[in-house]
Order: sequence, then structure tokens, then C-alpha cells
Amino acid sequence: MAIRVKIPTPLQKICGNQAEISVKGATVRELVDDIEATYPGMKERLCDEAGKLRRFINVYVNEEDIRFLSGDQTPLKDGDEVSIIPAIAGGI
Amino acid sequence: MSLTEDQIARYSRHILLPEVGGAGQKKLLNARVLILGAGGLGAPVAYYLAAAGIGKIGIVDADVVEVSNLQRQIIHSTNDIGKPKAQSAKEKMTALNPDIEVVTYETRVNSENILDILKDYDAVVDGTDNFPTRYLANDACVMTGKPLFHGGVFRFDGQAITIIPGQSACYRCLFPEPPPQGLVPSCQEAGILGVVVGTIGLIQATEVVKYFLGKGDLLTDRLIVYNALKMNFRTVKVPKDDNCAICSANKTITELIDYQQFCGVAPH
Repeated sequence: MAIRVKIPTPLQKICGNQAEISVKGATVRELVDDIEATYPGMKERLCDEAGKLRRFINVYVNEEDIRFLSGDQTPLKDGDEVSIIPAIAGGI
Repeated sequence: MSLTEDQIARYSRHILLPEVGGAGQKKLLNARVLILGAGGLGAPVAYYLAAAGIGKIGIVDADVVEVSNLQRQIIHSTNDIGKPKAQSAKEKMTALNPDIEVVTYETRVNSENILDILKDYDAVVDGTDNFPTRYLANDACVMTGKPLFHGGVFRFDGQAITIIPGQSACYRCLFPEPPPQGLVPSCQEAGILGVVVGTIGLIQATEVVKYFLGKGDLLTDRLIVYNALKMNFRTVKVPKDDNCAICSANKTITELIDYQQFCGVAPH
């Protein structure tokens, strides 16, 4: 089951400078684990010490914020598009 | 108040639009907008809002113009290096349009002064460069019910959202908390493609004009995400959070917070 994940600029370096990766997972939690398995270091950027997704990085499944779905238990299906979008502060 | 002959001539391309007309232009002339930051985002916002005839524009910026600003901060010129940015911006805006009032604040907003500065304005544009000020602006606008036009940039990326307190999702509904120190790259080290601030700043300015005209659909409850390298705009949904710490019935924040400055640079 392939899920396309859009990687934001600040995290692309960890993913071999790719803006989009293809990974597997039946839930967002499994997806994060699969990303970590392929691109070590990603999980600590996405999740805090308790393993919860950080509150300044949002994960969207087909444009819906998973915080308003089922969080990291949000189910995924083949062809879903996942976007990781961090807060950015620059304005200068 | 009716438009003068000079105003009818100056704003004729607005007035020709059925969605604007003389009545819409008067709304713009009666509007009072505060712009936080006269930098990358603030420069195009200030310039275009001045041209559009927003009647009173406040500019808050404590910095002076540096040569490294000029790759993107188009309201400043080489001759302005060393001059306070707020003053430099005011000079360009009043040269472009003497019909408007520009007020400068050569200071940084904080929990002590932001409400006092906001009280003379109907809406706020966030063109700041750090998370503490962005959350302060959001919280202050929610508390006072003032619309906030948010924009952020990073390298080749940009984001924008319009926040109408009491109606639409706020910045904390989108991102509940700022990142802790050390987890975000230094703003100064990260770099920014100069033209990106123009793209995002003009989305903010467009929203301001639409808001005061009362026309069209605002960029509320959704976030525009722009990437210049891919040249695409995506939109994601931003629901109002029933547990938002500042704008929900279950709010936990009741006073303004000065988060520690952590943008890789100490407060100037």
C-alpha cells in the first residue's frame, strides 16, 4: 500500500533531498514508523520524546488535518496523499 | 465624506470596478491597518496598501535598513542604509500616495505595548520574522477581535492565512504552540529567495483590501502553502479548534505571553 508523502523544505535533507517520498502504513502512526525505517532521524523531528506528533508540525491526509480526524490513528488507504506542514516564521 | 477630484483621478482604476466603486474606495480610505514589520513581507504590503489608499497605516519596526535587506525589501533603497526601516517605509509610502496617513513605531511589540498600539487600528498584518511575535500578534488580535492577516516565509516556501476572530480559525487552531528553541533553523542562516516575500506579502495585502471592501471569499479556515521551486499553491483545511488555547470556549490563555526569542538570533 503506497502512500505519497509531501516533505517540507526543512526536512528534505533527511529524506535524500526529496520533496516527495513513497512509504507504507495503514495508519499515520505506521506511516511515521515506515518513514523512520527508511530515513532515520525523521521521527525525532516529527514527534516529541513521548512519541506524540509535535504541535508545530501538522500532518494532513488529503488536505484534512489529522488532529481533527483520529490523530496518529487516522487510517490511510492506497493513493492517499499525506502532507507534512511545519509552522514557518520568517518574514524578513 | 465624498471623494475629491484628486482622489477620483488617483483611484479611478479601482472606482471603475463594480466591486469597488466610489463607495468601496471610501471604505479603503476609512480603513486603519497596522503592519508589524517593514521587512520582506511588510515592504510589499505597505507599498501596495499605500497605493490602494488605505487611509491610515501604522508601521512597527525597530530595525534599521541594512544592505542585505535590499535583495527583497523593495520599499527601502540603497540610500536608506542605516535609516530606521519604519521611517524609510513611511517616506516611500507618502511619496507614492500623499493622500494617506502613515504612523511609525520604532519599537518591538511585546505583551506590554501591543494592545496600546493595536487600539488605533481596525486590522493587523503580520510581517514579523519570529515565532514569539507571531503568537503574540495572534493572541492580541483574538483578544481584541481584530482581523489578522498572517504570512510566513522560509527559503522557497510561503504560507498565508486570514484570521477573523470570533468567526474563523486562529493561528493557534492551526499550530497550537510555537516550536521550542533549537528545533528551527536560524532565520538568518536559512536564507530566503527574495521574490518569495513579494508573492506572500501580496496575498496578505489582497486579503486586507478584500476584507475592507467586503467582497469575495477570504482566506479563512484554510492555509495556502506556496512553493516557488515547484511553483504550486496548495490549500489545506484549518478547522476552528474547539480546544484552542486562545479562541475557543475552553481557552486556557487569558493574558499575553512573551515567549523567549529563539529564532537563532537574540532579540536585537
